[in-house]
Amino acid sequence: MDLCPSIKNILLLDSEGKRVAVKYYADDWPSNSLKETFEKTVFTKTQKTSARTEAEITMLENNIIVYKFVQDLHFYVTGGEDENELILFSVLQGFFDAVGILLRGNVEKKEALENLDLILLCIDEIVDGGIILETDASSIASKVATHSIDSGAPLAEQTISQALATAREHLTRSLLK
Amino acid sequence: MAQPIVKKDDDRDDEVEYSPFLGIEKGAVLQEARVFNDPQLDARRCSQVITKLLYLLNQGETFTKVEATEVFFAVTKLFQSKDNGLRRMVYLMIKEISPSADEVIIVTSSLMKDMNSRTDMYRANAIRVLCRITDGTLLTQIERYIKQAIVDKNPVVASAALASGIHLLQTTPEIVKRWSNEVQEAVQSRAALVQFHALTLLHQIRQNDRLAVSKLVTSLTKGTVRSPLAQCLLIRYTTQVIRETAVNTQTGDRPFYDYLEGCLRHKAEMVILEAARAITELSNVTTRELTPAITVLQLFLSSSKPVLRFAAVRTLNKVAMTHPMAVTNCNIDMESLISDQNRSIATLAITTLLKTGNESSVERLMKQITTFMSDIADEFKIVVVDAIRSLCLKFPLKYRSLMNFLSNILREEGGFEYKKAIVDSIVILIRDIPDAKESGLLHLCEFIEDCEFTYLSTQILHFLGNEGPKTSDPGKYIRYIYNRVILENATVRASAVSTLAKFGAMVDSLKPRIFVLLKRCLFDNDDEVRDRATLYLSTLGDGSVTETAKDVKEFLFGSLEVPLTNLETSLKNYIQDPTEEPFDIQSVPKEVKSQPLAEKKAPGKKPAGLGAPPATLSSTVDAFEKLLSSIPEFRNFGNLFKSSAPVELTEAETEYAVNVVKHIFDRHVVFQYNCTNTIPEQLLENVTVLVDASEAEEFSEVGSKPLRSLPYDTPAPTFVAFEKPEGVPAVGKFSNSLRFIVKEVDLATGEAEDDGVEDEYQLEDFEVVAADYILKVGVSNFKNAWETLGPDFERVDEYGLGPRESLAEAVNAVINLLGMQPCEGTETVPSNSRSHACLLSGVYIGNVKVLVRLSFGIDGAKEVAMKLAVRSDNEIVSDAIHEIVASG
Repeated sequence: MDLCPSIKNILLLDSEGKRVAVKYYADDWPSNSLKETFEKTVFTKTQKTSARTEAEITMLENNIIVYKFVQDLHFYVTGGEDENELILFSVLQGFFDAVGILLRGNVEKKEALENLDLILLCIDEIVDGGIILETDASSIASKVATHSIDSGAPLAEQTISQALATAREHLTRSLLK
Repeated sequence: MAQPIVKKDDDRDDEVEYSPFLGIEKGAVLQEARVFNDPQLDARRCSQVITKLLYLLNQGETFTKVEATEVFFAVTKLFQSKDNGLRRMVYLMIKEISPSADEVIIVTSSLMKDMNSRTDMYRANAIRVLCRITDGTLLTQIERYIKQAIVDKNPVVASAALASGIHLLQTTPEIVKRWSNEVQEAVQSRAALVQFHALTLLHQIRQNDRLAVSKLVTSLTKGTVRSPLAQCLLIRYTTQVIRETAVNTQTGDRPFYDYLEGCLRHKAEMVILEAARAITELSNVTTRELTPAITVLQLFLSSSKPVLRFAAVRTLNKVAMTHPMAVTNCNIDMESLISDQNRSIATLAITTLLKTGNESSVERLMKQITTFMSDIADEFKIVVVDAIRSLCLKFPLKYRSLMNFLSNILREEGGFEYKKAIVDSIVILIRDIPDAKESGLLHLCEFIEDCEFTYLSTQILHFLGNEGPKTSDPGKYIRYIYNRVILENATVRASAVSTLAKFGAMVDSLKPRIFVLLKRCLFDNDDEVRDRATLYLSTLGDGSVTETAKDVKEFLFGSLEVPLTNLETSLKNYIQDPTEEPFDIQSVPKEVKSQPLAEKKAPGKKPAGLGAPPATLSSTVDAFEKLLSSIPEFRNFGNLFKSSAPVELTEAETEYAVNVVKHIFDRHVVFQYNCTNTIPEQLLENVTVLVDASEAEEFSEVGSKPLRSLPYDTPAPTFVAFEKPEGVPAVGKFSNSLRFIVKEVDLATGEAEDDGVEDEYQLEDFEVVAADYILKVGVSNFKNAWETLGPDFERVDEYGLGPRESLAEAVNAVINLLGMQPCEGTETVPSNSRSHACLLSGVYIGNVKVLVRLSFGIDGAKEVAMKLAVRSDNEIVSDAIHEIVASG
């Protein structure tokens, strides 16, 4: 008998229910299509609720789902039906706030996709194979951010061609906007 | 990853918004991954490519084996880079690809180097990655480092090692168990989460050693546990220990209860909730123990956080199923939750109220629910309908308002599942509450006037055919039924024809008119409808007002002698090889292929924990009756009077699981032993139960039906029949042993060996008790029924029940002893009351109606006294009831 609290999945969807980043830990949804169906059901079920000021909660197929929305991003954390709701909630809150810190308060889909590496690392630091690693948002963010600071290394250390590439990137990005 | 390849159709989503992954394509990204091989690594660019690869995987894209290997090898090159961020992405990528064993070797040394790095972040993550992809042999090489990491002073490293240990325990327990010294040290860690992870791992290592777990819990509940998560964990372990140790019978104290109660005052809500829930789930929890938990949950009900309200109302809802009185204090808070924004919370609140409500509050509650029903989804409505049905069965007197409510919502919009739930509820109410029959049937009739679901229409028509003719004015239903013949599709028309025929057969005065209607159906344009009409016209006689012959009624109402599935297979076989011979129904095997059991044993995953509907008693009795009458040896035993609930004859988790159902007939008793073979390597044949009835003098064995074969994990019954004096509630004790021939099964091929060995397996004893002869049959108005029976054969006496734990416990004990149906909700005893009256009704063998009035009183020393008044039509029966109590 496993008594340890466990997380079944963490989902970050956009305002149309499409994936931004998801991570499944339980085998309840063995194939991608089952996962997508689950996400779709969760999304349609929660779409109309307002989970913007306080996190909301619902049940689906013997799972408990806590969720919170901001801008065009929908955060979900799923656990089994016997799970302590507040434990799930602490994971959601940790995820939600950590993303807020990492995206410097600019929490929206575009920003999330541009910093997808940070989001993925963030999820990786919160839960490991269903076991909760950390729920404190600032610790999570600091673990993720330590290297992103390094990777955004000072321009001086970049070679000319790298600097050019970066500039080109910024340009295309602004044009595409 | 063994996922089906899903083609991502990018062309479908014509996004207008900008996305860095716009138009991304797997092939192109794989090309881009070549930058990993550059001699001059561009860390930034490599990171971006990895992000793109991860994005693809995240969107459900899959890599072929070759692609995955290529990416993996390319990624390993990136260990050369000293860039922190890139390294983290590399770790992530390796975990996602989950390389095969022979590939793992390539990264092992790099990861081992990182494990000993001075950067904490590297150490922590390298351990997680390595443990994720490693196997047993490699683990022994790195074991030393992991042990070090567990006691590392950096909490992130220690947690990573511990979490990895938890995962590895599933695959290589023998290695992880060697780390328990380090894990034990980590439990004392001052870092909150390290303690949580260490506790999880330590408990999992020791979970099979009860004593060790108990010691662990004892020491920790006295010490300091830092993080709320660890505290929750400890509460769970504590409840497990509580479950395994018995309550101190002298003082009634429960070990560790004080600890749980103390947790209710913890500063973290998470811990409070966990503790409150743990207390409510204690077995045989007393009201005194419950109260503090209910109080904190009640506070949560008015929290501003939906999650907290949900958690509290969900827990209270569960408590209400077993201890409705304990929850009544929260009713006011609960009522305000009906208008909660979160519909899950509102539904839970309503169903809780329905469970705790008393008779007088029903009407007010229904009013509130009516406004609520219109704006919730079907799935919630079904839960509410189920709750209302249970409520109606609890307060039969209130059937009028509840039935009205059901018929109102039946008229409103709704999907099939919802409508079906309502119809099922009405049908059950009609069956169980005789007074509700006429109005219920009319509601159903009105419903089929405008019903879009063929399945429901036919079900209702069938039900109407069985119940309608027995009402006071069967004529009024005919119009509704004949309307179906005019207005509906062929399936519904055909079943309407059958229903008409049933009315014709049962109600002689209606017969001529039915005949006219059936004759009109002969011109229907559907074969089935015409055939049915022709058939019924010829079976029903000449259309004059005469009584219908018995065999015709039997034909119309009797059930098919053979199981439908068997008939289906036989017919299929018959069609497959065409012959001149007509099909012979006698050739269909009558043995039921253990379906009713399989159905019953289906793991009871209750729908969302919201008041699962009770299985209807009558339907299981029907199933048993069918099962028994399909066995030729038992067919002449007459009508089945009662089937008991299954009694387990084996401990849980033994080689063979056996339970027994006692079927009582007028002059016979049949024991149905449901056997389950839990050993995959065995096939049992010729399974019988040897019954020793030497302690049951009035019984003599008359026959048995062995079970031909019992494969692994397919429950099947074997029967033994006894004869007993007619109408006498003979009691006795039976000892049993299971006898069978056991054959080895080759698990690879699934075939059994030819030779078997005879073997015997001792089962536990069971008794036939007086309660087996009493049927639980409720009455809707106890007072009326009591007066109708009159005081002629009333027997009154007083009994001392000795010291009892509580009044409720004493009441339950008597109800169980008598096996009668508590009426009007009198089985629940309000907490702290000193006296209680309980009303019971039942039918004694020989179809004698029995009513019982119980008055209980309890004094300061917990001595319970009881006054028992019995009324029935037969003084022998009244005396018999007293005898049951006197000897119990």
